[in-house]
Amino acid sequence: MCLRVDHHVILDCTHVGDEVEITVDGKVIKAYEGEPILAAILNAGIKINRYTVKRKEPRGLFCGIGQCTDCAMVVDGKANVRTCITPVKAGMVIKTQDGLAKGE
Amino acid sequence: MLEKDVLVIGAGPAGLAASIEAGKYGASVLLVDLNMQPGGQLFKQIHKFFGSSAHRSGTRGYDIGKQLLKEAEESDVEIWMQSTVIGIFPGNKIAIEKGLDSGEKEMVTMQAKKIIIATGASENAIRFKGWTTPGVMGAGAAQTMINVNHVKPGQKIVMLGTGNVGLIVSYQLMQAGCDVVSLIEAAPKIGGYAVHAAKIRRAGVPIRLQHTIIEAKKGADGCVCGCVIAQVDEHFQPIPGTEETIACDTIALAAGLKPTMDLVKLAGCKLTFNGPFGGYIPLHNERMETSCEGVFVAGDTTGVEEANTALEEGKIAGISAAEDLGLLTADAASDKRAEIWDRLHSLRLGPFGERRMIEKEVVMDEYKERIGTPSPIQ
Repeated sequence: MCLRVDHHVILDCTHVGDEVEITVDGKVIKAYEGEPILAAILNAGIKINRYTVKRKEPRGLFCGIGQCTDCAMVVDGKANVRTCITPVKAGMVIKTQDGLAKGE
Repeated sequence: MLEKDVLVIGAGPAGLAASIEAGKYGASVLLVDLNMQPGGQLFKQIHKFFGSSAHRSGTRGYDIGKQLLKEAEESDVEIWMQSTVIGIFPGNKIAIEKGLDSGEKEMVTMQAKKIIIATGASENAIRFKGWTTPGVMGAGAAQTMINVNHVKPGQKIVMLGTGNVGLIVSYQLMQAGCDVVSLIEAAPKIGGYAVHAAKIRRAGVPIRLQHTIIEAKKGADGCVCGCVIAQVDEHFQPIPGTEETIACDTIALAAGLKPTMDLVKLAGCKLTFNGPFGGYIPLHNERMETSCEGVFVAGDTTGVEEANTALEEGKIAGISAAEDLGLLTADAASDKRAEIWDRLHSLRLGPFGERRMIEKEVVMDEYKERIGTPSPIQ
C-alpha cells in the first residue's frame, strides 16, 4: 500500500529528508528521515500502534499532534513514544506496544 | 538555574505572536512546544483565510506561519521544540522535558518572570460503538496527515460533522487524492459556510443531514472497514429501521474543539465554564492575565476561535508581559491593547463572531467580580 501524497494542487510534496530504512515488528520499511514515525508506518499500511492495557484493544492515529498518546509505540527499546511527534532516524527499531510495555 | 523574562508555552499563532511582541520590547523569551515544528496548526491550513486585509485575508495559513517564524527569529526568540512543560511551581519555577537534537530528552528547571500559556485546543470525540477502532480519528488528525506529513490517513473517508472544519478537511482530503464517500450531519442544516459546502457538493459528494454514525465496523485486521449511519429525530436520537452501512477505511470526526487546559490547571488559574467557547476556560482580564499574577493566556486556550483572534490575543499577552517587566509604560501598553481590542471586535462580527464577542465580555466581567487582582502562583 502507498498512501503518500505525491501530487498536490497547492502543496509541494518534495521530501526534505533522505530515504532511509526502519524496522517495524521485524519488517523493514522505507521512510524519510525527519518525518513523523507514524506517517512512515501508516504509508506502509500499518494502522495499529499499540494494544490497550486491560482489554488488549488495538489503537492507532487519533489526534496526530501529540495529545492523545494512542499512537505510542516502543522505539529503540523505549516504551510510550508518541510516534506522531517523533521524527524518523535511519535504522530505528520500532515495535507495536503491548499495554504499558517496559523499556529495554 | 536558567532564567528568562518570559516563558511562552505553545508555538502556534497565539504563542508565536506573544513571543514576537514581548521580544520586540526587549524581553528575553523562551518559547517551548512539544511538536516537531513550530507554527501550531497553521501549517495544515492550506486554504485562504477570510476577513479583512488587516487580518491577511486571501493568505493561506501556512504562509502566515512562515511569516511568524521569520519575525520570531528577528525578535531573538529562543525556541525549544519537542519540549514539554511538565511542572509549574510557586515562584514561577518551571520543569521542562527538553528535546535534544540527539532525540534524547533532558529535564530542565527554569524560572520565568512571566508565563504565557498558549496551548491551543484539542478535538472533541464522538462516542459510538467502535469509536476507538484504528481508522477513527479527529478531522484535524486527518488534515495533519495529508497537509503536513503528506500521507493519506486512508483511502475511503466518511466525515462526521459539517462545521467549517468538517467541510474544509473533506475538501482537502479530496485534494490529497482520498475518496470522500459522504459527510454526515446530525443537524437539519450544514453547520459551516455555504462557500465551503458548495465545493463538496460540486464534487458530487453527498452530505447526509439529520443523520449520525452509530457504529464503526471492524474488519478482520482490527481496523475500520465501514460505518453504520442512521437518521436522527428532532432530539438527535437514531430512528430504528433507518440504518445504512457505508464501506470506508477512515472515519473522521469534526465535532468541534475544546480548550487544552492541562497547564492552566497546573498553574492553579481560576476557571469558568463557557459553552460557546468549548468548555472550561481560564478567567482572564483585558490584559489576558489570569487569576495567577504574571500568568497570561492567549488563543484557543481561552476559548476556541480561530488563528486571527489567537494572533491578536497573543499580541496582547506579549504587550502586558512586557509592561509588567517595565519595558513598556502603562500608557503605551494601554494604547496598544486598545488598538488590538478594536481589531478583535471587528473579527468577532457576523453570526459566529458576535456571540463570542459577547461571551468574551462575560468572561472578563466574571474576572472582575471573582478575581479583581491576581495573586501569585500557589
